[in-house]
Amino acid sequence: MVSTRQVGIVGLLGISVVLCVRVAAAQIVVDPRGPVRSITQALEMVKAGGRITVRAGTYREPTLIVRTAGVTLEGEGWPVLDGESQRAVLIVTADDVTIRGLEVARTGVSNIEDRAGIRVRDAAHCRIEHNRLRDNLFGIYLQRALGCVIADNDVTAHGDGQSTSGNGIHLWYSPQTTVERNHIAGQRDGIYFEFSAGGITRHNTSERNQRYGLHFMFSDSCRYEFNTFRANNSGVAVMYSRGITIHHNRFEQSLGGAAYGLLLKEILGGEISENAFSENSTGMYLEGSSHLAVRDNDFVSNGWAAKVLASAVDNTFTGNRFEGNAFDVSTNSRSSNSTFDRNWWDAYKGYDLDRDGVGDTPFYPVRLFALIVEQHQPTLVLLRSPMVAVLDAAERVFPVLTPEALVDKHPLMRSPR
Amino acid sequence: MTTTRLVVVAGIRDMAGNRWLAAYFAAFVVVAQSLFWFGGTGPQVVLSLLNVVLMVVPLVSLVFGAMHVYASREFVELLLAQPVRRRDLFTGLYLGLALPLTAAFVLGAGIPVLMNRGFGANGIAVLALLVAGAGLTFSCVAIATWIALRTDDRLKGIGMALAAWLATSLLYDGAVLAFASAFGDWPIEKPMLAMMVTNPVDLARVLVLAQVDASALMGYTGALFERTFGSALGSLVALGALALWCVGPWFLAARRFDARDF
Repeated sequence: MVSTRQVGIVGLLGISVVLCVRVAAAQIVVDPRGPVRSITQALEMVKAGGRITVRAGTYREPTLIVRTAGVTLEGEGWPVLDGESQRAVLIVTADDVTIRGLEVARTGVSNIEDRAGIRVRDAAHCRIEHNRLRDNLFGIYLQRALGCVIADNDVTAHGDGQSTSGNGIHLWYSPQTTVERNHIAGQRDGIYFEFSAGGITRHNTSERNQRYGLHFMFSDSCRYEFNTFRANNSGVAVMYSRGITIHHNRFEQSLGGAAYGLLLKEILGGEISENAFSENSTGMYLEGSSHLAVRDNDFVSNGWAAKVLASAVDNTFTGNRFEGNAFDVSTNSRSSNSTFDRNWWDAYKGYDLDRDGVGDTPFYPVRLFALIVEQHQPTLVLLRSPMVAVLDAAERVFPVLTPEALVDKHPLMRSPR
Repeated sequence: MTTTRLVVVAGIRDMAGNRWLAAYFAAFVVVAQSLFWFGGTGPQVVLSLLNVVLMVVPLVSLVFGAMHVYASREFVELLLAQPVRRRDLFTGLYLGLALPLTAAFVLGAGIPVLMNRGFGANGIAVLALLVAGAGLTFSCVAIATWIALRTDDRLKGIGMALAAWLATSLLYDGAVLAFASAFGDWPIEKPMLAMMVTNPVDLARVLVLAQVDASALMGYTGALFERTFGSALGSLVALGALALWCVGPWFLAARRFDARDF
């Protein structure tokens, strides 16, 4: 007779054997020298929650699809997943997948499909971190993904035009995504959000992209903090969104007639604070946007610090610093629907008799010459001409043409920072 | 060439003791230094100095230049009695005037900037300012010399120099502005750029502008400005044109000097 005890022991043994097998299955090592030589094979073997470690080497395989939930796909010593300019490289269609430490390269250009280095499709809670993406059409592409984290990736491409390059980090219908500490260069748009609400984008650097460093549309309640956007062909453009926070970013070196440090179009409500706009042709461009609090920003050495169109309503500019700009503010109307108060203007020549730190005479930031240039652009070559200075001075004494309503009644005497 | 060298040295020696030149030098030192004292940062100082340069350098070079040529008349007549070539004498006369004036400007504006470490990040802008001012001095001295050699009447000559200053520094830009407003509907970018080339004061301004305000100039929607101001080529063309504005009037004045019956 077999005792209950023996049954118990055998049973335990059986369970531990099964466990061992499961643990072994949970950690699959892919190595060019075998036994598992391809990621495709590993992805077929992996169980839910399993881990695949990819050793250094170059892997040229058909498009890889991660279908198993909870899988971690991790590189060791930067293995290269090569698309050979032929195909998309990696697609994730399951929840809770982590992709880490891979170099994903060369999807090649396609005019038919949006090929991406790493694409997440209809999946939640993915983590894509510490990867290198090199010369892909799209770098990381999230499509109906929920609550993902994209962190510490380096995404670079050498696109030679807007039509033959894609976006670095592309979000489409992917709410609550966190994008942080990534570096993106040479793509079409560095970071692109469309229909993706509630995201956080912080500590990224997006530079030298073919079009925009950051571009979002229809993405409400997002936060953008501590990012640097530099030397992108057209700067940064954000449109058709509500309740956004843009805080402590740097917008730099967007040069050209259609380049803007930060272009805001149809943005309703939000805060733009403590950002630095420097060396842009136009620092901030505000069109059709309302109820924005623009405060404590630095506008330094821009062509136009801020272009505020008449269609922008009920925005308030306070505590901003305007220094070394060719034009501080320009607008397209004699009326003004935005408020300027308690900013510091380096062009302010007033006095402060009661010593309360606020100038006793108001400051009109729109110069006559700004209006002239607005109407006759080629006159821009007369910038800094003594003749123009004479005209500006005359207009300041007897304002006839410049918008009287666009005024800072309490200009600060000292730079706030 | 020996003649030229001798006359240049004599001119410089003469100018070294000139109170007006000392005042000119001191004015630049005071203005530049006070710009730094009143909390100016590098680019602001360059831009403020640019305003001074565009007004004061042509004024002093034209009026002082004309006065100096009238004052050296007897000296010239004396030397012409000697067996010297007229062209050598003229070159000496011109350089003996232009070099001290340029030195007064470059040192007067440059030393405070150097002392306040204003070169650093704005090195190219400061350099552009100094080059523009120097070019403007050479050009305006040549124009002044030409005026003074054409007109025997001192008062009339100095009046013409003043008129030339007013025209180049203020009226010309006013005319350009009027032209741009009147013909704003036509493609006038090229004529506008051409107009900048035909005035030395505007050339000097554009030279500095290309370094300081490139971000604004590149904000123009036409590609022409971006090509002109966004590249080194634009600055080189402006520099070349300014050089022509030195050589042209110099040549006119030299021909006048050769033909003139003193």
